[in-house]
Amino acid sequence: MALLEIRNVTRRFGDFTAVDNVSISIEAGEFFTLLGPSGCGKTTLLRMIAGFDAADAGSIVVDGQDMTGIPPEARNVHTVFQSYALFPHMTVAQNIAFPLQMANVDPGQIGKRVEEALEDVRLTGMDKRYPNELSGGQKQRVAVARALINRPKLLLLDEPLAALDAKLKESVQLELIGLQKEVGITFVYVTHDQSEALALSHRIAVMNHGRVEQVDEPSKIYGFPKNRFVADFIGQCNLLDGEIKSCVGERMTIALSGIGEVAALNIESDAPGLKGALALRPEKVAIGRDLPADADVNRFTGKVHDFLYLGDVTIYIVELAGGMRIEALLPNSSAGRTKFFEAGDEVQVGWRYDAGHFLND
Amino acid sequence: MATQQNRLHKWLIGGPPLAYLVVFFAIPVLIMVLASFRNSGDFGGLAPFFSEESGKLDLTTENYGRFFSDFIYTELFLKSFAYAAITTIVCLVIAYPLAMLIARSAKKHRDLLVLLVILPFWSNFLIRVYAWMIILGPQSVFVSALNRVLGTIGIEPVTLLYTPFAVIVGLVYVHLPFMVLPLYANLEKHDPALLDAAQDLGANVWRRFWRVTFPLSLPGVYAGAALVFIPALGIFAIPDILGGTEGIMIGNVIKQQFLDTRDWPFGSVLSMVLTVMAVALAGLAAWVARQSRT
Repeated sequence: MALLEIRNVTRRFGDFTAVDNVSISIEAGEFFTLLGPSGCGKTTLLRMIAGFDAADAGSIVVDGQDMTGIPPEARNVHTVFQSYALFPHMTVAQNIAFPLQMANVDPGQIGKRVEEALEDVRLTGMDKRYPNELSGGQKQRVAVARALINRPKLLLLDEPLAALDAKLKESVQLELIGLQKEVGITFVYVTHDQSEALALSHRIAVMNHGRVEQVDEPSKIYGFPKNRFVADFIGQCNLLDGEIKSCVGERMTIALSGIGEVAALNIESDAPGLKGALALRPEKVAIGRDLPADADVNRFTGKVHDFLYLGDVTIYIVELAGGMRIEALLPNSSAGRTKFFEAGDEVQVGWRYDAGHFLND
Repeated sequence: MATQQNRLHKWLIGGPPLAYLVVFFAIPVLIMVLASFRNSGDFGGLAPFFSEESGKLDLTTENYGRFFSDFIYTELFLKSFAYAAITTIVCLVIAYPLAMLIARSAKKHRDLLVLLVILPFWSNFLIRVYAWMIILGPQSVFVSALNRVLGTIGIEPVTLLYTPFAVIVGLVYVHLPFMVLPLYANLEKHDPALLDAAQDLGANVWRRFWRVTFPLSLPGVYAGAALVFIPALGIFAIPDILGGTEGIMIGNVIKQQFLDTRDWPFGSVLSMVLTVMAVALAGLAAWVARQSRT
C-alpha cells in the first residue's frame, strides 16, 4: 500500500474549485513533485496534506491512517515553508531542537541529535547563530534539518528554492537529492518551476485548474506529454494542429493545418480522423541551409523570423511558407556548425517521423 | 560645504526636540534639585537663596534627612510601587488578548478596533475618573446588585469607593490603552507562517503561544509596561478622587506638600526620589529588553 493516498480530494473556496477530485498515491521513499502554474491547486493540496486545510470531499490517508480531523501538530508530517519560517528569536540549534521538544524527547538526547542534524546539512559550528545571521542557502538547510529531525513519515516542501538565486539552486538541488536518498523519507515537493521538478523528482504530477493532468516519471512527462497543457508547460514545445489521415504499420500521415502532410509515428491510440496536435520539441527539429533528403524526415522550407541566442543554444523561430511558425533549437557547439542564421535567411527545417507525438484533443 | 549643510540639517531636525527637553525637562529638574536643598519660606514656598541675616548661601540637607528618618514616606513609595505594579500586571493580562484579537482580525477592521481602544481619550480624563466614582459608589446599580448577591450567600455588603480596589480599577482603566497600543504594534508584525511552522512541528496552541508569540512580543510588553508603570507610579488625580484616605499614593503627598502644606523643599525631595526611581526603572526595563533581544 502506498504511503500517501490522496483519494478523490476536492476543495472549494466559494465558487472557485482549487482542487478538483484529485487522486494520487505516493510510495514510501519517493521524491514526488506537484508541478503547476500558480493557482493550480498544488499549494492547497499540500496544505491539506499538512493539515492546515480540510478537504470538502475525499480523504487523505498516510500510512493507512485517515488524516481527516487530525490537526497539523498531531500529524507525523512536517513542512519546509517557502519563507522557511525559522523562529527569529531562537538560535539555529534551538530551531532544530524545537520539534524534539514538542515531541517531549528526553532533553539529554536533544543536544546530540541536533549536532548530528547540523552535520547532515553541513552547518556544524553554526548552532549559536540566529536566523538573521544566515545566508539564504543556510536558512534553507536549517529549515530542512528542523523539519527532518524527528523523522516524519512525510516531508512536504513548499517551493523551498524560490528565494535562492539561480547559481545556488543547482547545488541545493543536488544536496536535496542526496539528503532524500540518505534519510529515505518520502518528499512531496511543490513547485511551479518545471526544470526543478524534472531535476529532482522520481515522479511528477502536473496540475492545472485543480486537476491532475499527468502523473509520470520526468522523462515520460517531458518526452510523452499527455495533452497540450503538459506539453506546453514542460519545456518548449511546438504544438502543430492537425488531423490524422491514415495509419499504416508503424507510420501514419497527419495533415497539419498550414503546413501540409507529414509522417509520424503510429501508436495504439491513434486512428484516422482524430484531431489534435503534433507535439514537437524544438531540439528534435533540425535546421540548415540544405538538409539532406531522407525518407524518414519531414522537410520544409521557410525563413528565419527571429532567434533567441541563449549562450549554449540558439532557438530559431522559422516561418514556413504557409505562415506557420516552428521553433528549432540548435546547440551552438554542434559539430559542423559554420554559421549563425540571421533573421530573413532562407532555411530548411526537418524532423524525423518519430520525433514528435500526436496529442488527441 | 556639504558637511556644513549636513550640520545645519542636523540642527534643524534635532534642535526643536532638544530645546523642548531643555526647557520642559532639564531646567525644571534643575530647579527641583536646587529646591530640594533649600529651606522653606516663612509663609511657605521657598526661603531666599541668600540668608537675609548672614548673606550666605542658605542650603540644607535637612529635607533629605526628614525623608529618610520617617519611614512613612518610604512606606508610601512602596505602596505606590505596589499599586503601579498591580496596575501594570492587570493591564497586561487584559491588554494582551485584546491586542492579539485586534492584530489577528481582518485588516479592514483593525483601524476601527484601534480607534475604539483610544476612543476614551476623546473625553476629559477627570470626567472619566468621576464616572468611576459613580459606578463604584454605594448608590450605583452595579454595587447594589453585587451586594444583593453577596447578601444571599451571607456575605456582608462591601464598599468599593474610597478603597485601594477603586484606585486600582481607576489606574487600570486609564492606562489600558497605553498597554494595548505597543502590544498591538508588535503583534501585528508577527509573521503568521511562524505559527504555522510551530504547529506543523508539533506545538499545540498553548506551546505556540509560550514558545513563539509571547517571546516575540517581549519588546511590546516592555514598552507597554514602561508606559503604564511609570505614569501610574506618580499619579495623584485617581487616588484623590477614588482612593479616599486609605488609597493615598505618593503623588498625593507631593501635591499636598506643594499646594496645601506649602513645604516646597520637602515636596521637591519627594519628587526627586520619584524621578530617580522612574528613571532607574526605565533604564532597567531598557536593559532587560536589550538583553532579551540579543
